Amino acid sequence: MHRCQPALPGRRSRRWYVPRLRARLPAAVLLGGLVTGGILLGGCSPIQPWVKPYEREHLADPIMSFDPNPISSVYLDHVYETREGARGATGSVGGGCGCN
Amino acid sequence: MRMHLRTRWLAAAAFGLGAVGRADVLPEDRTDVLYHRYEGGGLTVQGPSVLVRKKFGDSLSVSYQYYEDLISSASIDVLSTASPYKEKRTQHNLNVNYLHGSTLYSAGFIYSKEPDYKSNTGFLSVSQSMFGDLTTVSFGYSQGWDSVGEVDHGIVVQSFNNGIGHANANHRTWSAGVSQVLTRNLLLGVNFEADENDGYLQSPYRPVRFIDPFSIKGYSFGLANAPNTRTGTAGSAQLKYYLPWRAALDGSYRLYGDTWGIVANTVKFGYTQPLSTAWTLEASARYYWQGHANFYSDLYPYEDSQNFTSRDRELAQFHSLSLGLGGSWEFHPGWPHWVDKGTVNFNYDRLHINYQDFHDNLVQSVIPGDEPLYTLDANIFQFFLSFWY
Repeated sequence: MHRCQPALPGRRSRRWYVPRLRARLPAAVLLGGLVTGGILLGGCSPIQPWVKPYEREHLADPIMSFDPNPISSVYLDHVYETREGARGATGSVGGGCGCN
Repeated sequence: MRMHLRTRWLAAAAFGLGAVGRADVLPEDRTDVLYHRYEGGGLTVQGPSVLVRKKFGDSLSVSYQYYEDLISSASIDVLSTASPYKEKRTQHNLNVNYLHGSTLYSAGFIYSKEPDYKSNTGFLSVSQSMFGDLTTVSFGYSQGWDSVGEVDHGIVVQSFNNGIGHANANHRTWSAGVSQVLTRNLLLGVNFEADENDGYLQSPYRPVRFIDPFSIKGYSFGLANAPNTRTGTAGSAQLKYYLPWRAALDGSYRLYGDTWGIVANTVKFGYTQPLSTAWTLEASARYYWQGHANFYSDLYPYEDSQNFTSRDRELAQFHSLSLGLGGSWEFHPGWPHWVDKGTVNFNYDRLHINYQDFHDNLVQSVIPGDEPLYTLDANIFQFFLSFWY
């Protein structure tokens, strides 16, 4: 089709790329549909854990805890947050001002 | 409050759930007793904290935390316009967890009080384990109500509401998190948080500085005026890996941005090495960088030169590095019999901040704004005992 023809030499422009992008769109939509469909259909059958319970010995080790001592991590987060503009997404909890 | 207003409202993953935790078990029964001390920039903050958690039956867990700051301040902000002061802040947290199947519901309340700042925060969160406990998804919401007052320590005092003496600030936070077991040795945690704040969001004790040809120093201080709304979003990801010789390596990254124009990046690494069944050592490094707020300036050309003004160093451009070391010793006391184990812990962090557009005005300079850039070094100590029962 004429929409897929490249531009004339010397007149190479973005119009030449746009048809190629459009030609790829159906493939992208198809791929997205397959992924989405796979996820949805996956809900029809239980997902098998790829790390079995008996393989979680290392993960159960206390040193693998992201927050082994909350009283300490909350305090340290508080120290930083009272001196920095950023906040949040640290997984700890706090309140008040304590802006020291 | 004193040095700057700063509220922190996060409720999801509270007390024991953590950024990466399981939703099909209740938090452990434990008690922690902490002594903390911060020294740096002319400021000393120290005090105790106690956290107690107890299960009631198979479905209910309750925790309570008391936290106290004893503050002695002679920081640059204080010395610029006033004299040193002392004050005290206390905080009470109450949290309830209810477990139903693979779902953990949490609710709680936080009350904080200091002479010039009172806050109340309520929060709710829910977590669900799924996919054979490989994945935990959590959502949370919190809301805070603050009453901001002021105490005259000789600092430039700003009148609220035409001298009535207080102002209000409100905060709402939404959070979501996912923890994921990636392999038998690797964990992933992803957190997202959005917060919305309105009301009085600035510090009455951090005045702005502007050029004043009639002043001996060449500049004077005036009242700041920050916007009364602020919306921020933060996203973070963290990984933790179990090393073959029984050690753990973790890394995290956080990106933050808000409507005041602040963009910040945080990178952190940690290493945990058990030396024996009793001793464990930890090391960490944290780098933080932020750009300044749109309306921030160290020195304005004249008073009220723009609608919004601030010289709060929290809103300045700076980067900081923090290095930490910690040690823990585990023991199993024979008495009392209901205590399973205990640990003695000590942590030390060294914090260094380099401000890039905040000058040390305590240093005399012929030309205002030509003073050296301010730097801050701080030592942070924590000593705490933990007991499991």
